[in-house]
Amino acid sequence: MMLDVQGLRTAYGRIPILNGISFAVGEGEFVGILGHNGMGKTTLLKALMGFLPATGGRVRLEQDDITAAEPYRRARLGLGYVPQGREIFPQLTVLDNLRMGCSKQQSGAERETIEAVLEEFPRLKRLLDRTGGALSGGEQQLLAIARCLCGKPRLVLLDEPTEGIQPSIIDEIVETLQRLRGRSGLTMILVEQNLDFIAALSQRILIIQKGTITREVQPDELHDASLVGEFIGITT
Amino acid sequence: MNQRWLNILGLALVAVIGIAFMILTPRFAELDTVLELTVYMVMAVLALSLALIWGYGGILCFGQSAFFGLGAYAYAIAMFNIGESTVPVLLAIILPAAFAALLGYFMFYGRISDVYLGVITLTVTLILFNAINSTAGPEFHIGTARLGGFNGIPGIPPLNWPGDRTAAVDLEGMFYLAAGSVLVTYFGLRLLLASRFGRIIVGIRENERRAELLGYDPRAYKLATFTIGGALAGFAGCLFANWGSFVSPTIFGLSQSAQIIIWVIVGGRGTLIGPIVGCIGIQWLSTALGANQPTGTDWWAKIFANAPLILGVILIAFVLLVPKGLVPTLGDLGGWLLGLRGRRGAERERFEPEAAE
Repeated sequence: MMLDVQGLRTAYGRIPILNGISFAVGEGEFVGILGHNGMGKTTLLKALMGFLPATGGRVRLEQDDITAAEPYRRARLGLGYVPQGREIFPQLTVLDNLRMGCSKQQSGAERETIEAVLEEFPRLKRLLDRTGGALSGGEQQLLAIARCLCGKPRLVLLDEPTEGIQPSIIDEIVETLQRLRGRSGLTMILVEQNLDFIAALSQRILIIQKGTITREVQPDELHDASLVGEFIGITT
Repeated sequence: MNQRWLNILGLALVAVIGIAFMILTPRFAELDTVLELTVYMVMAVLALSLALIWGYGGILCFGQSAFFGLGAYAYAIAMFNIGESTVPVLLAIILPAAFAALLGYFMFYGRISDVYLGVITLTVTLILFNAINSTAGPEFHIGTARLGGFNGIPGIPPLNWPGDRTAAVDLEGMFYLAAGSVLVTYFGLRLLLASRFGRIIVGIRENERRAELLGYDPRAYKLATFTIGGALAGFAGCLFANWGSFVSPTIFGLSQSAQIIIWVIVGGRGTLIGPIVGCIGIQWLSTALGANQPTGTDWWAKIFANAPLILGVILIAFVLLVPKGLVPTLGDLGGWLLGLRGRRGAERERFEPEAAE
């Protein structure tokens, strides 16, 4: 099992947000997470990354128990995180942003890693000298995903990658991620509101309600408008 | 490509001007000018230490003078006890660095926020000031060196060539040493900042959490930056104790601490050359204003003779009107004149319509 979460709880101050979440993700799986706003989707990813302390439960990344690990330790153990809003370094160039992603390589191996990642992101190749802040939102999102992959993660957590991004780049992100899914090793947990996006990429989808996972659905079930309306609160 | 050539050109320019200044000054300038320029150079090393910590590491340290003073006192005390300057110089670097590492450990690993960091470093400096200030009695001595309290330690023996205690460095030699130290520190820091380490500390300055989620431990990197800054400030303190053969507790004082920050603000945070320019410019101005005694009863003559007042006005003007500091602002201006800015601006417009930040 790549990721094994058992009864995870977390809270903002005294307000509980996650009330015992349990799920597991196998190696190479792409799992989507859907839910109303405020049900704890982003909180779940933050708790998995260690930015919110767990108040209960257990998280394992393969054989490592990471329940209490610092965020940088989790990143080093192979947990990649592409946060909502991209969070690239606006003052650094695209190339330096990618170099920042290479936290686990020796400086000599950096170049090789970046070149391999850029093969998947041809659009970034001609933007290498530009500063991150000068890119469009879609380009920044591609950069954020590419930077995450430079760290050679075993499991990638992707938080709302299509938010505020033009459709042509959303298609590019879907194609890139589908290509990556076909290749060995990479596992992904995807939080999204965009149903087409999540259906195109996920093998199964977990529905989160009031801080717990209440149901698991298949991508094709997302075409069922009544189910979507009931559990996710989005009308298609 | 253009940016890269500009960088190389800039570095070459600094090297040529720096080396020419270092070699030519003692030949053409009067001795008292050389002496004055020496202290400017010593302070420029101190300014560089804060340029690294604050400008690149994002750590607002109000207590850079603590490391500066510790370096000066460590050199003085060790020199009286040992008599040969090799070990005292090393101590003047290692001791402040160790102190910075200890203080930094508790601050960074205790996850103390930026504002408190400023308060703590300032407080530590003032505590050192008070502690040393109250060591006037003969009972306060380390080995044969009396601490002297508010009277300070006079007659500190000068540096000598390593291993040969009879070969003392003279005033001219002191200038070469100080100016050479500025050059070596400047280029050393440029190298450090161009390395992976430099990129990471700038990333951490920009956003600690982003750096952390990529797998870097911000605390460790900040601690390393802070310690390097402490070592540099300590070395500057050692040079300072040599320059005047004298140290006193005012070296830990509030005005000394504030000055270093002013140099960096005026010269430009996030550059190395800026704080050097700010440091030399402000010291030159203070000296010029201090020498200008009011001769008449005119109100304007009195005002211009009031150095702290003028410096205060300059600082406020910079914070309000030139917030990026002298060097970055001149750089922007130069880039704009070269037309680079215009082109880059046009590109920005084309790509930015949906930028997030």
